[in-house]
Amino acid sequence: MIPIGANEMLFLMQGLKWTVALAAIGFVGGGVFGILIALARTAKRKWSRTLTAGYIWVFQGTPLLMQLFVVYYGVALFGLSIPAWVAVAIAFTLHASAFLGEIWRGSIEAVPKGQTEAANALGLHYVSRMKDIILPQALKISLPATIGFLVQLIKGTSLAAIVGFIELARAGQIISNQTYRPLLVFTIVGLIYFALCWPLSRLGARLESRMAKAAR
Amino acid sequence: MNYVFDFGVVFEKMPELLLGAASTLGLAIAGISLALIIGVLGVAARSSKYRLMRGAVIAFVEVVRNTPFLVQIFFIFFALPMMGIRLNPTVTAIIALAVNGGAYAIEIIRGGVESISKGQVEAGLALGLHKFQVFRLIVLKPAIRTIYPSLVSQFIMLTLTTAVCTSIAAYELTSVAQMIESDTFRSFEVYFTITIMYLFISSIMMGLFALISRHFFSYPTR
Repeated sequence: MIPIGANEMLFLMQGLKWTVALAAIGFVGGGVFGILIALARTAKRKWSRTLTAGYIWVFQGTPLLMQLFVVYYGVALFGLSIPAWVAVAIAFTLHASAFLGEIWRGSIEAVPKGQTEAANALGLHYVSRMKDIILPQALKISLPATIGFLVQLIKGTSLAAIVGFIELARAGQIISNQTYRPLLVFTIVGLIYFALCWPLSRLGARLESRMAKAAR
Repeated sequence: MNYVFDFGVVFEKMPELLLGAASTLGLAIAGISLALIIGVLGVAARSSKYRLMRGAVIAFVEVVRNTPFLVQIFFIFFALPMMGIRLNPTVTAIIALAVNGGAYAIEIIRGGVESISKGQVEAGLALGLHKFQVFRLIVLKPAIRTIYPSLVSQFIMLTLTTAVCTSIAAYELTSVAQMIESDTFRSFEVYFTITIMYLFISSIMMGLFALISRHFFSYPTR
């Protein structure tokens, strides 16, 4: 058995850097497309609602691992020689946009109808009704679920390890194979994920209970 | 793009893929059943009079919910043999799925039990219902109805998570696909096909759960 020293920890930290980067790209990219999907999903036109409902159905009904595989091998088919991390980041962005789109659709629909009616009565058009009236309220409603999904996404980035991308979980696997100390290594890796996710989970739970109290 | 798609080689292996899909369903059903048992026992333990017991359940739930399934399955895969327990990868995968799903089930079921107000129970007793009737009709059924949607989406999530069990070479749809991929080098075709199969499985499950809900829970509440 080989001890876990500074070099091994440094390697894990480099993996951690990629885990954070992937989650951040997925969350920001997914947020941008997610808001568009939420708006299309709640739009008046039927085809835009059906189309986005289909998109969400596909991404919520298939394993994240398959989404990674299909995008990873799919972009290669187009003869695009993009770096592995870009392919993985695209997959996480698509995945996150479907889930965030669905969360935000729910929040938009949870804003009381009277708000839309009042905005219409004031003569506001769609853009300012959404931007100034509905979305700010929806954002507040969606915060706990959005933070919950961010935790889900951080944990989900570990699946990039299976396509061979070196993030925290893959770094852990490599160190484990080198040092023959799987339990110690995966405990450390688990603790790092926990340190990343737990504060976010707590924050989400706190916001949720505060909102439940305010609603009573 | 001058790649020529060849789904033929994939369809030739359809019998193997279908067996893999059946195994995925088996993993999911076993995982869901055990997760439910862990969920109910966990909620009981969480309201125990022993502080240590309550703390242990809370810690279990928090640790499992805030670490990736992939790390959990690796941990269990390496930890069991060290405790002298030798199991095949598929059984190990079921244990990992049960542990992961169980933690979420504890949280969900606890929410359902807490949603029943004390006055309901007291009203039931005042109406002369037996204690067991009160539990069955006033606590259990409405509690299940309340948590049903979140429980169902958690079960579907668990079913999709079975794909990760390929990382310890458990026998299921994704690991079968990986074997076919290494034989045929048709990565995209193989994974695209099984993605459709997963979509089929999850859609059927969602339909079934909706039917169950319509049968048992479509009574007026107010």
